[in-house]
Amino acid sequence: MNAPVASTPPRKLRVATVSLAGCFGCHMSLLDIDERLFDLVERVEFDRSPLTDIKTVGEHDRCDIGLVEGGLCNAENVEVLRAFRDRCTVLVAVGACAITGGLPALRNHLDVGTVLQSVYGRVPDDPELPLPLNRVLPIHEVVHIDHALPGCPPPADAFWQLLQDLMAGRAPASAPGLIRYD
Amino acid sequence: MDAADSDGPARLAADAVMARWRRDPHALVQILRDTQAVTHWLSRPLLAHIAGALGLTLAQVEGVAGFYRFFHTRPVGRTRLLFSDNITDRMLGSETLLAQLCARLGVAPGEVDAQGRFSVDRCSCTGLCDQGPALLVNHHQVVTRLDAARVDALADLLLAGTPVGQWPAEWFAVVDGVQRADVLLGGLADDAPALPVVLAQSPQALLDEVAASGLRGRGGAGFPAARKWLACRDAAGDLRVVVCNADEGEPGTFKDRVLLASHADAVFDGMTVAARAVGAQQGFVYLRGEYRFLLPQLEQVLARRRAQGLLGPDACGISGFDFDIALHLGAGAYVCGEESALIESLEGKRGTPRIRPPFPVQAGYLGRPTVVNNVETFCAVAHIARRGGAWWAGIGTAQSTGTKIHSVSGDCARPGLYEYPLGTPIAQMLDDCGARDAQAVQVGGPSGTCVPAPEFNRAIAFEDVPSAGAFMVFDRTRDLFEVARHFARFFAHESCGLCTPCRVGTELVVRRLDKLAHARGAGQGSAFDIALLHDLDTALHSGTHCGLGASACNPLRDTLRHFGAAYAQRATAPQFQPDVDLDAELSSARRATGRDDAGAHLHTDTPA
Repeated sequence: MNAPVASTPPRKLRVATVSLAGCFGCHMSLLDIDERLFDLVERVEFDRSPLTDIKTVGEHDRCDIGLVEGGLCNAENVEVLRAFRDRCTVLVAVGACAITGGLPALRNHLDVGTVLQSVYGRVPDDPELPLPLNRVLPIHEVVHIDHALPGCPPPADAFWQLLQDLMAGRAPASAPGLIRYD
Repeated sequence: MDAADSDGPARLAADAVMARWRRDPHALVQILRDTQAVTHWLSRPLLAHIAGALGLTLAQVEGVAGFYRFFHTRPVGRTRLLFSDNITDRMLGSETLLAQLCARLGVAPGEVDAQGRFSVDRCSCTGLCDQGPALLVNHHQVVTRLDAARVDALADLLLAGTPVGQWPAEWFAVVDGVQRADVLLGGLADDAPALPVVLAQSPQALLDEVAASGLRGRGGAGFPAARKWLACRDAAGDLRVVVCNADEGEPGTFKDRVLLASHADAVFDGMTVAARAVGAQQGFVYLRGEYRFLLPQLEQVLARRRAQGLLGPDACGISGFDFDIALHLGAGAYVCGEESALIESLEGKRGTPRIRPPFPVQAGYLGRPTVVNNVETFCAVAHIARRGGAWWAGIGTAQSTGTKIHSVSGDCARPGLYEYPLGTPIAQMLDDCGARDAQAVQVGGPSGTCVPAPEFNRAIAFEDVPSAGAFMVFDRTRDLFEVARHFARFFAHESCGLCTPCRVGTELVVRRLDKLAHARGAGQGSAFDIALLHDLDTALHSGTHCGLGASACNPLRDTLRHFGAAYAQRATAPQFQPDVDLDAELSSARRATGRDDAGAHLHTDTPA
C-alpha cells in the first residue's frame, strides 16, 4: 500500500502539510532543517500548508506527499484528514500526537460535555464550530497511513531524511538515532 | 472466613501457613496459595502482614499477588468457578453452559454475587479437553463433562449453599482416557529392575545411556536431554537442582496430567536418575495450579518413596546421594511453563522469563545449576535407564528417537491419549482417533503448528512437525479464522506484560481480528487490515523478550497462509474503514450543545 513516489521527478513534488490537534511543534521542527529549506523549495511545491495559507488540499492537482501533525479532536479534523487521504498519494503521520493522540488525548478519560461546561460556563453551540469528539483519536484509526515519523517533535534531521527518501522514491527508513519516542 | 478486615482470623491463617513453609520468602507463591485457600482473597493489609513476616517489601508481595491469575486482590465469591476456555471447550458448548449458569445464579461472568456467595469467570485451558467442557472450583478441584443437566444441578447446589465437599463425587471424576499405549503409557514392566539396581551404575554410565538414546526434551523445544544434563553437571557450583516441569499450560495438552496421575513413580524415577547423573541434591515438581487435585496423591507417592529409602539421605542406598523432591504449585500463569519463568516462580517471584545466558543449567534456581525437563522426558528416562539407550534409539526416527504421547481432542470420535513412535504421519493418527472430514490439526497447541488437510501426510517429528503433545482436530464445519482469534485472545491474556512488543502487540492482534469479526456489524475489514496483521506477525516474531511473544502469532501466521479465504471474506471493503463509530464519537458534544444540524454528524464509513 506504500505507493512509491516517482523517481527523478521532472516536475516538482507537491507537498501538503497540516496541524490537526497538534501544537505546530512538528512544523517548527520541519523549519529547523534550516538552509536545507533552499534545497527543498527547489524540489517541492507546497500545497495546503500553514506555510502557504492555501485552505483546500489538492484543489487543482493531487499531492504527492501529505504530512499530518496532530491527532483528531473534532469533526473538522476528521474531514480535513479524509481530504488529505483523498488527495495525497503518500500520507505520513508526523509526531506523537498524530501517531498516538498525544497530549490532547489526556482529556480522553473525561466527558467532553463536562469539559465544555467547566471551561466555558455556557457551552458554545454555534453551528460554525466543529463539535469535539468524545475521545481524541490517532489518525491511523480513521484513514490508512503509509508512514509514521515518531518524536515530540521528530528531529529536523528526521524530517529531512524522510523527505529525501520520499523524493527519491524510496521507502523511508529513519536511522535509529533519529527515531524519538518521547 | 472473609479476609476483608484482614486482622484476626486472616492473619492467623497466614501465620499458620507461613510457619508450615518455615517463613521461606522463596515459598511466597505457595504461601499466597495456601493462605488464599482459607481467606478466599488477599487484601492489601494481609499482603503487608505477609511481607513483614517474610522480610519482603509490600511492593514485592503485591507484585507477585498481582501477577498470577489465581490470586485475588479484590473480594471474590466464597465459591469461585472458572470455566475452562480452550477452543475445544467452546466447541463442546462451554459458552452456552457458562451463560446458562450465570443466568441461573443472576451474575455476569467476572462478577461476584451480591451476597458474596459465588463468582463465575473463564480461565485458560484446564487440560481436560477430552472430557470437557470443564470448570475449576476454588482453584482446587475440577468438574468435568459439563452439560445442561449438570449445570442446572450445579446452580441448585450453589443457590442452596451446599459446600463443595457435598457435591456429587462423580462430577469430579477425571479419567486417564488412554486410547493407544506404547512404552510410556504401558508403564514399567512388573519385572523391571528396581531403582537402586539401576542407580548402581556410575553417574557417567547413566548419562551415557541417555546420550545414546538420543532423547530430546518433550516440552516442545526438543533440546537433547543428555547435553542439558552434561552442561549442568559441568557447571560451577556446589549445589544442583532437578526440576520437573509439570506446568502443562499449552492449551490442548493433557498428557502430563495422566503421567502424574498413573505413572508418578516413573516420573520420580527419572528425576532421581537425573539427580544422580548431574549430582543434584534438590528436586522440584512445578505442578500447574489447575492440577491441584493431583497434589494429595503425589504427596502420598513421595512419602512412600521416602519410606522406601528411594528419596532422602543416602537415597537408593547410595552413600552420600542425598536427594529429595518437593512439590510446588503454580497459580494460573501460562508463561511459567517457560523454564526460566518457572524458576522465577519457584523462587517466589513473578513469572517473568529471564534473559539468557546464563542458562538454567549454569545458573538456575537460586543461582544453582539446574536441569529443567518435562514430565514426559523424565518418564522416558525411567525406561531408558532400565532398557538402555540403544533400545530407545531403535524406536522412532534417527533424529527423533522414541515415542511421543499426544493429547487428542476436538472433532474426533475417540479423544484421549495416543502414544506413537515419533515419525508417525498425522493421517494415521487422524484415522485412529476417528476424525472424519478434518480440515486442519493444531499440533503442539497454539504456539505450535496449524497443519492443513493437504499436509496430513507429514509426520510428527522434530525434523518435520514438532509437537509438545497437543493435537486438536478441526473438521470442515469449523471456521479457522475464529480458531486463530481464540488463540490470539489466549496469548493476549497470558502475556506477562514485561516487554512492549508482546504486551501491546498481542492486544493489537486481538483488536484487529475483532474488527474483522464484528466491527460495526462486520464487513468493515479491508486489505489494509490484513497487511497490518502481517506486520504485527513480523514484529512479534522478531521483537519480543521470550518465546511466548515470539510464538503468539503462530496461529495467525499459519491460518493466514493456509486459510487466507477465511480472512479475505472478512476484508472486502475497498477502502480502509474505521473501527470506531465516528458519528457516535460526537454524541457527548451533541448532548452538551443540543445541536443536531448536519455539522453535528459525521459519516463513519469512508466512501469507496
